[in-house]
Amino acid sequence: MEKFTTHTGIGVPLRQSNVDTDQIIPAVYLKRITRTGFEDALFSAWRKDPSFILNQEPFNAGSVLVAGPDFGTGSSREHAVWALKDYGFKAVLSSRFADIFRGNSGKQGLLAAELAQDDIELIWKVLENAPGTEVKVDLVSKTVECGNVVAPFEIDDYTRWRLLEGLDDIGLTLQHEEDITAYEATRPSFKPKTLPARIQ
Amino acid sequence: MGKTLAEKVWDAHVVRKGEGEGANAQPDLLFIDLHLVHEVTSPQAFEGLRLAGRPLRRPDLTIATEDHNTPTLDIDKPIADLTSRTQIQTLRNNCKEFGVRLHSLGDAEQGIVHVVGPQLGLTQPGMTVVCGDSHTSTHGAFGALAMGIGTSEVEHVMATQTLSLKPFKTMAINVEGTLRPGVSAKDIILAVIAKIGTGGGQGYVLEYRGSAIRALSMDARMTICNMSIEAGARAGLVAPDQTTYDFMYGRPHAPQGEEWDAAVEYWNTLHTDDDAAFDVEVDLDADTLEPFVTWGTNPGQGISLNEAVPFPADFGDENAKLAAERALQYMGLEAGTPMKDIRVDTVFLGSCTNSRIEDLRAAADVIRGREKDPKVRMLVVPGSARVRLEAEAEGLDKVFKEFGAEWRFAGCSMCLGMNPDQLEPGERCASTSNRNFEGRQGKGGRTHLVSPVVAAATAVRGTLSSPSDLEPASVSASTTTDAA
Repeated sequence: MEKFTTHTGIGVPLRQSNVDTDQIIPAVYLKRITRTGFEDALFSAWRKDPSFILNQEPFNAGSVLVAGPDFGTGSSREHAVWALKDYGFKAVLSSRFADIFRGNSGKQGLLAAELAQDDIELIWKVLENAPGTEVKVDLVSKTVECGNVVAPFEIDDYTRWRLLEGLDDIGLTLQHEEDITAYEATRPSFKPKTLPARIQ
Repeated sequence: MGKTLAEKVWDAHVVRKGEGEGANAQPDLLFIDLHLVHEVTSPQAFEGLRLAGRPLRRPDLTIATEDHNTPTLDIDKPIADLTSRTQIQTLRNNCKEFGVRLHSLGDAEQGIVHVVGPQLGLTQPGMTVVCGDSHTSTHGAFGALAMGIGTSEVEHVMATQTLSLKPFKTMAINVEGTLRPGVSAKDIILAVIAKIGTGGGQGYVLEYRGSAIRALSMDARMTICNMSIEAGARAGLVAPDQTTYDFMYGRPHAPQGEEWDAAVEYWNTLHTDDDAAFDVEVDLDADTLEPFVTWGTNPGQGISLNEAVPFPADFGDENAKLAAERALQYMGLEAGTPMKDIRVDTVFLGSCTNSRIEDLRAAADVIRGREKDPKVRMLVVPGSARVRLEAEAEGLDKVFKEFGAEWRFAGCSMCLGMNPDQLEPGERCASTSNRNFEGRQGKGGRTHLVSPVVAAATAVRGTLSSPSDLEPASVSASTTTDAA
């Protein structure tokens, strides 16, 4: 995973709550078996509407999405994170993220930064009054800067550390392989196994 | 102090405790007892293993089936959509390469992954269960800690049989009282989500408790746990009891003989201790609950079927107001319209929420001896091939077919509109599924979430209805079966 320390890019105000992962990427795009190439799928239903924010310059070149509360609800599809990344987004700001989306973002190096809703509103105003304003997201100091707004954001320490160091999760876990093996030896024998298959 | 059920299951699976305390604690490494796999969220994970040269650690704790992307018609023919066919073929190749048991289309054990696990007896109390699907919370009905995960985590579980997780907070959902006729588990969970909101459960594991929950069957408990994710919770569970054991006993992968006794002894410890404390408690009165239905585009936008479409101005919060306005526009609804005046085009009975045998029985009981509104299309999609066979043995397929409904093969179908079962733009659907998001069931489609009996009554009248709105059924109906 690529390291994330700071990022500065055009902010995109998305004044909407409950942006679920079906909106971020509809199910028809999930038939693909690749992990990249999803930029065309991002918000594909909404992008058919010419007034949608990503159809307007300079927002179409944005890389910091500033969304309403409960972003990423619904389906666990990691494709939502891939689509945001493939389009060019490096960070999403919201006052509340769905758990699975937040987890998926952390695995893929997309920064999900949780801000107070009041600060989101202030940033929305800056971005709407001066389209093209850049947002600076600093993971080291856990702050966001946009115009005259400087706001702190929350992210759990473990995810922050992994993003700052660009660490691979599986590699980290496999350093403790002997712990896994030791645990396996203690599992009760009544726990089910899928193999060999027993069929009714 | 005692522990909650969720904490007991958690503690029993800690491979390695994260360092530090409180908010700064590192995640715990948890062992995963069962990994369920399907075609949509696994190909990139298998590819990740291959690229890193890693084996799949525990094929004997992994099982795959085909459900999201499979057709529900002509399953004996090659899948028409080439991309879909490639994805299914990729799963088959991957399972072969990595030694994973797979139940393919046409197999008697194929079906929606969350129906297949419990029906095989693979889902048991006190387990950790994961799947690359948010509705994995379904398995919590057995007192298992069951969570949906993304594809990176799917790969992590494949490689290590563990997950790094930060401890959750706990929330009790106390449902006391007795449900009235025509009110079911789906109404309980829709009411819970309307009460706490789509973000209300965020960061929590929910435990459903109280006399109304105890009185529910396993199929009904699965319906409730299934939609925990719709309240933002990653998992929801119910403590196991005799109902759980009766459901499991004799299933192919349930423990047998002495193993069964040892398991029951352990399972009997799986309840929240009297002196344990939840971080939050929420109460719901089962006695006064009415059939519930959604009017908007997220599962929290629901009300009693007897009420009218709400006015956006009545929402205090500015974001909720905007969301309501937008939802009404998308749904093509006017505030103040009685919900029961809303006409639907399609009725969908299916999905991991409501496609089990009891759901089919409940809907069949409503339509038996009645006629379908001729303008309504009704799709019945059993949750698994096994459920379909069971329903056919009881004659339920005949009830549905004579009513004029389409009797399909098992899969996720119109719940998520990945296969050809989709709504047309503007089409309105009463659906027993779990998500009324914009476009979820097909581009421009409009979804009202309902219970199986409300879906059935709606198919009769053509407008959103509960069974109590129906005229008495004709007694001379030829479709009466002697099913239990």
